[in-house]
Order: sequence, then structure tokens, then C-alpha cells
Amino acid sequence: MLQTVSESRAVGETQRAAYRCMLRARLLDDKFAALYRAGKIHGGVFLGRGQEALSAAIGVHLNKSDVFAPLIRDAAGRLAFGEPIIDAVRTYLGSALGPMRGRDGNVHRGRPQAGYLPMISHLGAMVSVVNGVLFARRLKGISGIVGVACLGEGATSTGAFHEALNQAAVEKLPLVLVIANNQFAYSTPTNRQFACADLADRAAGYGVESHSVDATEFSVCIEKLGAAIARARAGHGPQLVVATLLRLCGHGEHDDAGYIAPEMKNSPLGRDCLKVAEEFLLKKNLADAAQFAVWRSEAIREIEDAVAQAQREPAPDPYEEKWSALASEKLNELREEH
Amino acid sequence: MSITYLDAIREAQAHALRDDPRVFIYGQDVGAFGGAFKATKNLQKEFPGRVFDSPISEDAMIGLAVGAAIEGLRPIVEMQFADFSSVAFNQIVNQAATLFWRTQVPCPITVRLPFGGTSGGGPFHSQTPETIYAHYPGLIVLTPATVEDAYSMLLEAVAIDDPVIFCEHKFLYRHLKAEKLPTEALPIGKARIAREGRDLTVVAYSAMVQDAKEAATELAAEGWEIEVVDLRSVKPLDTDTIIASVARTGKLLAVGEAWPWGGVTAEVISRVTSEGFGLLDAPPQRLNAKDTPVPYHPNLWAAHRPTVRSIAAAARKILRH
Repeated sequence: MLQTVSESRAVGETQRAAYRCMLRARLLDDKFAALYRAGKIHGGVFLGRGQEALSAAIGVHLNKSDVFAPLIRDAAGRLAFGEPIIDAVRTYLGSALGPMRGRDGNVHRGRPQAGYLPMISHLGAMVSVVNGVLFARRLKGISGIVGVACLGEGATSTGAFHEALNQAAVEKLPLVLVIANNQFAYSTPTNRQFACADLADRAAGYGVESHSVDATEFSVCIEKLGAAIARARAGHGPQLVVATLLRLCGHGEHDDAGYIAPEMKNSPLGRDCLKVAEEFLLKKNLADAAQFAVWRSEAIREIEDAVAQAQREPAPDPYEEKWSALASEKLNELREEH
Repeated sequence: MSITYLDAIREAQAHALRDDPRVFIYGQDVGAFGGAFKATKNLQKEFPGRVFDSPISEDAMIGLAVGAAIEGLRPIVEMQFADFSSVAFNQIVNQAATLFWRTQVPCPITVRLPFGGTSGGGPFHSQTPETIYAHYPGLIVLTPATVEDAYSMLLEAVAIDDPVIFCEHKFLYRHLKAEKLPTEALPIGKARIAREGRDLTVVAYSAMVQDAKEAATELAAEGWEIEVVDLRSVKPLDTDTIIASVARTGKLLAVGEAWPWGGVTAEVISRVTSEGFGLLDAPPQRLNAKDTPVPYHPNLWAAHRPTVRSIAAAARKILRH
């Protein structure tokens, strides 16, 4: 009996934690969008609106010792994995003190030695890198860890996706490959992206297990991602998670997404997972209106403080920049300057 | 006992596996089979759990190596042929080459490329892609021309904290022999005077160093003293040694097996003309392969690439200037 109570409390905590990450991610994204419109951000801004439940559900099931390669719409998962908001803000603003020090920006951020991999733009390319981290840890005798790589449905058309999923299957690595099928790869609909009935059907062809998730449904995300990650952690090999949702924004803030039909937005697929999560927490007595208000104001303060701090910080100085791409000190002296 | 260029590559890998627990080998057929060229012969048996066959997935092979490097390991990846590294191009130039600059986390991977033409290789088993990789910041590109360099430079490649594209010439594999493995070597980034002379500097790298030396011997019979500079490393490129040689000879011929548009020979000419213009007594020249895919038939193949004869002919033209 006691065990049941503590288990149910633990589940409630997971869901409260996931919701808070979703809320913080949504508010952080809104702030980035506002800074973009104000001309304060160089380059693009990419939001996770509609994908927060899926993303947070990944992050809350990962430990510090796990590996995470998020994609462009994973602010919630990044926060749940432990990324401080200041890292995100500094990277978007190009601060010299951020993890990428102004050399890379926006969603291209991470801390590789903490298992948090910074994406390159080429889709599918991070999956085999996650495989490599997992492979190396196996060689070092480390077990009980998982690596999660996030992709959209568009990335399933790449050769890199195929090579990496097959590689993970051959090596039986604890990889969880999460596909967020948000119906559009930039503007391209799914019927121009793939011809199979369900991307989850592909798992059998690779010899891996699959999981299908309605990513508009908060509690389903928590449950299914928890199960998939636990399967990989327990040594059952790679897990393919195919999550269905609708992107509730443009590809980036430069895109009005006029190609998304209103009928689709008004269908169950267009539900806002953040609202669904709030309803769930209310219904299960895991939070009330007062609690939501506190969480919201805490998140806003945290975000505003981070933006104010990053804006006061030094921008990268081209005269201080070493302008060398090499780690080897000896070879740096021979670097190309012609 | 004589040691071939191929033996040297195998021995360097055995040495690296023995000395450094962080090293492992990953590639197609490199395990029990010992590799398409036998460069990893018996290594899986001698080093259990350190040599792994990969699926035919060049992109994922390099991706896995980058991930392992992030974890502090030092993978050696064998591409079965350099030509197939084009499939891994994205991971090499966008993932491996940018990692340190973006994150300050080093990416010590060694990518072995069996490269260069052999008779009958044809368009897809003969390529020399060193120029393409040298163009990208963050990569080191090595092109050993001797048995000794094949050994010592591969060992150094594994020790370097940056991604290294290690171009090993397939023709040299069994053609070149040495009596013993070296105990010391020039540092990476330093070119070598492969033959001393005072009338003309021929800059070459990889298999072309041997052809240039043979051409020099031919020209010696005509009374010309040709200096041959072996670049050893394409990137970094040792401009100082080249310029010092041109200061002695006043004439320059840059020879490469790669295609003519841009590339290593163009880079050599460009640097010498901008930094050593006053040293030149004649317009510097380049000799490269023809601007077509590498042909299959031996007649076409031999005419496509620089040879001892065409190097000697190009040299005579400059010498008569």
C-alpha cells in the first residue's frame, strides 16, 4: 500500500515537472519571438509550439548521465534535461559567455561532454553521433544509460537517418529515436515526404521496437516516452517513437505557415498540448489555478532576468577571437593565413 | 626483412592499439577479414573488442566516430576506398571539422583513405580527394609518400587532437619497401627535401614524390639537378620549405595526381607567386591529372595522370625558359 502511494506521488511529480518545463519553454519561445520581431536576434528563431508535451516527456525521463540530441523544437526537453535558461538566451543573443560563445547560435547549442549534443543543421546527422557516444560508453563498461535523438518526419527521408538507425540496431545500442511527425517539413506535407501508411511500421524493417504516441495528449506522452526510454535502458535495443502532432507555428518566425489548412488547425491534431496538460493536472488534483499562476510568474521572472543579464554581457570581440578551428596547439602555430 | 607501406600502416595501427586504450578501429570488413587491402590483418585477433566491422554506412561510420571522440576515445575509421568518403562528406566537414570550433571539445578521429590511382581502378576506385578536405577549416590532411612516413605520420595522426584525413596511396601499398620502421620523424606540417638539386624545385606529395624522383634521375643524365620537395602534409602546408627551395633554384613545378581545377598544386603556385615572386626566374608551372573522371583502361589511365615522362617533359620546358 505504502509503495503504491509513493509510486503515484512520483508519477504526479514527473507530470508536474514536465508541465513546468513545457510552460517555461513556451514562455521562453514567446520571448525569443518578441526579441526577433524587435530585431534583437540575428538569424532565425524556431519555436516548439505544439511539441512541448512530447519534448518535455523525453527530458523528464532522462538522467544527467544520459545522452540527448534535441532538434529545433525541443526547448521543453532541453530544460527538462537540465539546460539553464541562460544558456539558451546567451546562444540566441550570441553572448561571448554562452556555451557556443557567439560562434554558433539559436538552436545550435549544447555541452557535448555533458551528453548534451549541439545539433548541426543537416537532418539525421546527429543520430549516428548519439550512437557513437553510446558505443564509446559501452566500450568503457558503462551501462544503464540511454541516448535520445530527436527528428521530425522530414528527416526520415534522409540517408543519414537510415544509416544511423540500422547502425544502432546492428550494435543493439540503447538509442531512442523520437520522430515528431508535425505534418509539415517546412512547407512539405507528409504525402510528399513518405508513402508508407505509418512511419512506425518502418521499425520492423530495422529490427527495432516501435511506439506510437498522440503527442497532443500530455499524459500519453509521459507514459509512452517513459516506457520507450525504460525499454532501451533495460537493454532491449533501439526504440523508434513516432509521435503525431501539428506544428502550431511557422517553420521559423519568418514563416506565417499559410500552407497549413484551417481544417487541420481546428481538428483534434491542432489541440494545444499545454492546455491539455493544464486540464490534466487540474483534473488529477496535481495543480490548481493559483499554482499555475505562481509557476507562470516564476518562469517569466527567470526569463526576463536571463535576457537582461545576457544583454548586459559582452558580445564576442573579433580582435580577441583566435580564428583557429584546430584543437592542437602545435598545429595552430602553422595555421593557414593566406 | 623488408617492410611495405601497407605493413607500416598495419604496424602503426597495432602500435596505437597497444599503447593507447582509447584507440579502436571501425570500418567495412576490417575485422576477421582484415580489410579490403589487409591493412588491419589479424588486428581483431590481437586486440579483441577493439576492431569492429561496420555496415556499409560511411555517413554513420564517421558520425559514430565523432560521438566516440566526444567521449574521449580515439577512433580510426577505414574508408574502404577514398572515393566512398563522399558518402561521409557531411559528417566529416560539418560534424567532425566544426566540433572543436563550436564547442571547444576536441574531435580526435583519424579517417584512413586508401586513395589514388592504380591501373584498372576506374572512376570510383581511384580518386584523390585531398583538396576537398583541405579546403574545410578544422581538418588536417596528411599524404605520406614513404614507408617511414606512412608509419610515423599515422601514429601522429592518432595522437593529434583534431580530425585527420589520412591519405594512403594504394599504388604505394605493396610497391614501396623499407628495411625497418623509423624511430624518429619530422613533425607534422614539415615538408621534406626528398632529393637535393639547384636547377628546379619540383613540389609533390604522396605517390607523385616517387615519380618526381624518377624524373629527376632521368634529368640528371641530361645534366640537370632537380630538387624534389615532399609536402608530407597537404594541410598544414609547409610554405617555408617550398620558398626556401625556390630561393635556391629559381624555378618551380608543382605536381599532383588530383584534378587540375584549384587544389594543392594551385595553392603551392599561389603562395610562391605572392610570397616569393622575386625568387622566380621563370613562370611557375603545375602538372595535374586531366579534367575528366579517372579512366579504366591502362592506356587511358596512364595518359590521364602525371607520369615520370610527363613530369620530366614539364620540367625540361621550365628549365629551357
